[in-house]
Amino acid sequence: MINLLQVNNGNWVKVIRVAGGIEMERRLAQLGFLPGNKIRIIRSAPFHGPLLLDVEGREIVLGRGVANKVMVEYLS
Amino acid sequence: MRFALIGQPNCGKSTLFNQVAGYRAETGNFAGTTVTFTETKVRVLGDVVELVDLPGTYTLLATNPAERVVLDYLIDKPVDAIINVVDATHLVQGLTLTLELMELGRPIVLVINMMDEAKRQGLKVDGEALSEALGIPVMPMIATRGQGIREAFSQTWHIAHQNKLPQAPAYRDEIEQAILALKGEVDKADFPVSRRAIGIKLLEGDPNLTEQVSQKVPAIKNLVQEQWDKLCHQSSVQAVWLIAGERQRMARELTEKVTTQMETHLTLRDRLDDYLLHPFWGYVFLLIILALFFYGVYGFGTWLETPLLNFFNNLDTVVLTAMHSNGLLAQVVSGAIQGISGGLAIVLPYLVPFLIGLGFLEDIGYLTRIAFLMDALMHRIGLHGKAIVPFILGYGCNVPAIMSTRIMEDKRDRFLSAALSTMVPCAARLAVIFGLVAFYVGPWAALGIYIYNLFVIAITGRIITHFLPEDSPGLILEMPVYRLPTLKTVTAKAWFRIREFIFEAWPVLIIGSIVLAVMNFFSVTDYINTALQPFNWLLGLPKQVGTPLVFGIFRKELSMIMLAQAFGTSNYAAVMTPHQMIIFTVFVVFYIPCLATMISIRNELGGKAMWAITGLTVLVATLAALAARVFLLVI
Repeated sequence: MINLLQVNNGNWVKVIRVAGGIEMERRLAQLGFLPGNKIRIIRSAPFHGPLLLDVEGREIVLGRGVANKVMVEYLS
Repeated sequence: MRFALIGQPNCGKSTLFNQVAGYRAETGNFAGTTVTFTETKVRVLGDVVELVDLPGTYTLLATNPAERVVLDYLIDKPVDAIINVVDATHLVQGLTLTLELMELGRPIVLVINMMDEAKRQGLKVDGEALSEALGIPVMPMIATRGQGIREAFSQTWHIAHQNKLPQAPAYRDEIEQAILALKGEVDKADFPVSRRAIGIKLLEGDPNLTEQVSQKVPAIKNLVQEQWDKLCHQSSVQAVWLIAGERQRMARELTEKVTTQMETHLTLRDRLDDYLLHPFWGYVFLLIILALFFYGVYGFGTWLETPLLNFFNNLDTVVLTAMHSNGLLAQVVSGAIQGISGGLAIVLPYLVPFLIGLGFLEDIGYLTRIAFLMDALMHRIGLHGKAIVPFILGYGCNVPAIMSTRIMEDKRDRFLSAALSTMVPCAARLAVIFGLVAFYVGPWAALGIYIYNLFVIAITGRIITHFLPEDSPGLILEMPVYRLPTLKTVTAKAWFRIREFIFEAWPVLIIGSIVLAVMNFFSVTDYINTALQPFNWLLGLPKQVGTPLVFGIFRKELSMIMLAQAFGTSNYAAVMTPHQMIIFTVFVVFYIPCLATMISIRNELGGKAMWAITGLTVLVATLAALAARVFLLVI
């Protein structure tokens, strides 16, 4: 299990869980970060900027502090 | 009869609302633009119906203030029917909310919006099959072109009259049992929605509703805990996620059943982000776009300002000569002319192109791209990329900027972004910067003030962050697809804000000018000026600017327009040196947000925050103007 920051651009991963408290879990669940859902990192902004993700067909932006809390694994 | 419009951010709900409300509300291609709800009356099949536009929300979990508003509204207010708008291209997410809404047990119509966008993406949605599967009416729509709106409202009218209640699909057995156990404790009389809906909310752990129910059933918290233990014993995930997961699964199955993906080919629009969000070229484009925007506004504004100002100055001279006197009446007329010319010649030439440009950038989806690009930089001043929204809106007017701080979850983030965005020069201050500095000193000086402004905001942000450290997790937002806004939407939105200036601010400007003329005539202004003398001495400004600065608190444009009254001429070059103009403008840009902004800070963040921000801005303005004075002396 790794967090989203450890995933390279263009790769597909699967959500395992969201760490970082119930509020964060809720916020992210709304945007499709539910266990089992597939995510692709489309691109990331420079200077330690946020990640742009494809979550179930929607494009979602996550700052690094948040992406750090999303635990994922590579699709086998 | 009352209909509630509800949908996820960017589903086109506000566009639909504006189509029927005749643009009395604002829309934007940005998650969370609608932070408060707007009501309007519409005529449907001969009935007058109240239509409420609720803020965009992904779920009914009430995790931020905007969602709380939606949930409370749907639970407490008598709504005869719900019009649920979903984006055809994001059906899975949209239907998750639909399933949740169906649980409330109120008549509901599902509107599948953006059918044109779906078609472009090669997506075919079978509305009939979806309607059959859900047991509720499903209406296709292209809100931007006004297609399908009439049909959707007629359908809603019918189901509201028949009071046709939806049957929400059932969850897994163990969840259903938990809901059944909890809904038994709810008194039907207490809520206008179904008991099952309240049962589900209790199981999800909604704090407000749990509190409400516990007043009658004190044991409810324990009962909920009991059900949680049971559920979580069977699976390791929390109840709220079990339910959310179930809804998502159902929504996905439904979507698979009713949509067909045809072949698509990538268009330029799909590749646009490769350029606009590029790690290097993205910033180059950002600079070019903002520079073009800036020069567009400047070019258009000066092109109109010069002839208009000449016309009014001549008119002023002609009137004063014709009235043969420096008597009170002549002064009042002259004051009125200066007030009118201030609005027409100095403010509107810049305000109109600015608002149209900003509306265009917002609707096309570029503002969110700016948030993406600027997030890293915003962290340097203790905020994250989302705070760029109040900042950018702030360039139009600080009032919507303050309101938009609601999209931030953290209280500290809200305060800081409100404090900093009040220092962003709004369109009123733009008029001062352009009308005074760009016009008399030159466009580079005006650009310099904008850059200096960002610099001061950054330093202030860093200092405040030192005392109030950043602890929010950071940026979370949805990137909208690029949408070419129609001319109608952009101009209508700009008009909405321009109208506000013409009918609310301009009269104040004219009256303020007249009052100042009268005060001048009776030498009242001398007292104010004398009281502010030490201050003007510190900044090296002529003493006449005292009174205009006081009036500037009402409306920022007043501080410049009243200068004409205070000096007795609108040729500012004759009475102020270029340095004085720059120092004066720097001070005007930062000091006390105008009255309207102060009031919205109080409404959003409380009186304490309002006074804190007001005090802070006076301090920052003085220091910034003083620093500018020293800087100008040195170079």
